[in-house]
Amino acid sequence: MRVLAAMSGGVDSAVAAARAVEAGHDVTGVHLALSAKPGTLRTGARGCCTVEDSRDARRAADILGIPFYVWDFAERFTEEVVESFVGEYAAGRTPNPCMTCNEKIKFEALLEKAMGLGFDAVATGHYARLSVVDGTPLLRRSRDTGKDQSYVLASLTPEQLRHAMFPLGDSWKSEVRAEADERDLAVAQKPDSHDICFIPDGDTKKFLDSRLGERPGNLVDAESGAVLGEHTGVHGFTVGQRKGLGIDAPAPDGRPRYVLSLEPVSGDVKVGNADHLGVTDIDATRPIWPSEQPLPAPTECRAQIRAHGDTVGATAEVTESGVSVRLAEPMEGVAPGQSVVLYSPEDEGDLVLGSAVISATR
Amino acid sequence: MTYLDHAATTPMRPEAVAVMSEALTRSGNASSLHTSGRRARRAVEESREGIAAALGARPSEVLFTAGGTESDNLAVKGIFWARRAADPKRRRILASAVEHHAVLDAVEWLVEHEGAEVTWLEVDAHGRVLPEVLERAIVAAPDEVALATVMWANNEVGTVNPVADLAAVTASHGVPLHTDAVQAIETLPVDFGTSGAAALTMTGHKIGGPYGIGVLVLARDVECTPVLHGGGQEREVRSGTLDTPAVLGLASAVREAVDARADHVGELARLRDELITGVRDAVPDAVLNGDPDEPTADGPGRLAGNAHFTFPGCEGDSLLMLLDAQGIECSTGSACTAGVAEPSHVLLAMGAEPTAARGSLRFSLGHDSTPADVQALTAAIGPAVRRARSAGLTGLRKNPVDPVTTTPTEV
Repeated sequence: MRVLAAMSGGVDSAVAAARAVEAGHDVTGVHLALSAKPGTLRTGARGCCTVEDSRDARRAADILGIPFYVWDFAERFTEEVVESFVGEYAAGRTPNPCMTCNEKIKFEALLEKAMGLGFDAVATGHYARLSVVDGTPLLRRSRDTGKDQSYVLASLTPEQLRHAMFPLGDSWKSEVRAEADERDLAVAQKPDSHDICFIPDGDTKKFLDSRLGERPGNLVDAESGAVLGEHTGVHGFTVGQRKGLGIDAPAPDGRPRYVLSLEPVSGDVKVGNADHLGVTDIDATRPIWPSEQPLPAPTECRAQIRAHGDTVGATAEVTESGVSVRLAEPMEGVAPGQSVVLYSPEDEGDLVLGSAVISATR
Repeated sequence: MTYLDHAATTPMRPEAVAVMSEALTRSGNASSLHTSGRRARRAVEESREGIAAALGARPSEVLFTAGGTESDNLAVKGIFWARRAADPKRRRILASAVEHHAVLDAVEWLVEHEGAEVTWLEVDAHGRVLPEVLERAIVAAPDEVALATVMWANNEVGTVNPVADLAAVTASHGVPLHTDAVQAIETLPVDFGTSGAAALTMTGHKIGGPYGIGVLVLARDVECTPVLHGGGQEREVRSGTLDTPAVLGLASAVREAVDARADHVGELARLRDELITGVRDAVPDAVLNGDPDEPTADGPGRLAGNAHFTFPGCEGDSLLMLLDAQGIECSTGSACTAGVAEPSHVLLAMGAEPTAARGSLRFSLGHDSTPADVQALTAAIGPAVRRARSAGLTGLRKNPVDPVTTTPTEV
């Protein structure tokens, strides 16, 4: 097959490309330039679009002996990921930009271009197991469950998955590093990237402030409706947040307060104690069924509601507007805008049944 | 291999390789006073004389540097500093909007750090600076102009500027003109003395000479403050031990390029015209950027080896990859640090849309190009363009931003 390997400059995508080469594919490496103003050097472990990252990717491709190009996706990334990220926060939701990037950039914009240019698949260094049985994609958790990224891939459609390749799904991260070392890839000991690549200093609030400005509103007690304080924008809050609420007076009962909901139209941030934080019912929209099989009936499964969170038992059911999920036990910090991913526990790795974007919780 | 990127770099001429290889076996610092030093000095000075003769300059006007970027920086910064030191009012730089980054970024650095002011000289639709544009920019405040800088020929679209006419304008106001002639030496009759320019940049590796060495031709009466400080080897304007083997290789390449020029240029232009015709036949809606190079009394309007196209509906990097996979090497424009092909400032200055600028490729022929190179390209370009069109403009916004009402979020 002709395989386009997306190479970020990190160890995972370098080894993924190496494995695609070793499997006998005709591999071309591509580094996506996603930032209109890339920094020159990394500071710390963050970032994935500096000039240094681009150079690291190029060096890895040199060692693998594959052609390598840098493709400019900065405009498309800005539109589909960054602006959507800002817009979601402004609307009181908590987006997952890595998921958006997989869905809209790596496996839409890049895949489209790759297919147009005659490639058969896009390979990435994601940790997830993907097999296609009789044309049906099966997306599972990776062997290294600590590194598993099936959650952020769960919004890919069957057609996208049919042209995806995740060569690291059966490996432990430690094996990947050792393999990089054996292959003399200089990125073997490069630290993992964390956080959001387009916010290199990790200060999401400052980033959002700089784009949205001040949008003052009130901190409101969810039960009494009393105004407890003011804030500079709902985008500074996430459901389940406890720290940094900026309320001077303690609650009458002395218990900590949490963000319970965000109301961008009125500007209200509703707060209350932990009793109100638990969620048992989730409504979610835009469902994606990676194996092309919508749930036929109410289905027992495990639900995960954030990238590195635990799962809980759940019953999920297809509705007119998407999916409704009833959790067997309450979960805290279920934020609209995040995705709920439904898994079926299996020995060879939990199978992704579907995903959808959380729109309402109770 | 089909090499169509001579504007990026050229294969070294065998004679230059031989001269340089031989010189690498000898040692001697051209500044030393003993026998081996004198031997090196003699080789350097003979090379200097040869280069001066080939470029219509005096030997003392030839300063060796580490290449085009250094020569451009030295000319722009050095002449700016010296002119301002002589009269603090002179802070304005007149620079064409289509200069190479070695000039553009030096100018911008002076603006940011040295209190310089810049007037960007607009170009016409072919990328040419017209003398009246320069005249207007000077007469606005002639006493405040430190220097003007306009390239002899553009590295992207190949448009040739009327350097002598531009120099006549600057001279009438007592303003020095620097010209970056890196792309011009091989095919244009570059004569420093008759051009009227105060300073001229050239480099070795664009004419079949070695990398890492170039020349700033600096007229004797033009003051230039050094950028590099040290032993003052080159007229107290440039310091650093001379690279004698590279100087010899450069002199050989310059001599050969200039000697062969008259015979070579007609053939090169014919080959280039075949390339243009072949590409247009294969891709009827391809747009040739730059001067159409109709014959005129003033000499060629376009570099004989340059063909620069926009392929509507394609991304240049898609085409580059597809051609590279078939062994055909070309360029999307000038390379940049991160390896990203950004919309060319040259095409934008010529009035192109950013989308069109992204879909452009430069093919540049040189001293070793053959009809087979042109045939390989004209056979491959049609299918490559069809394929690139099916890949589309995926890096761009799906919903273009209205520049009037909305500001895109910058990352």
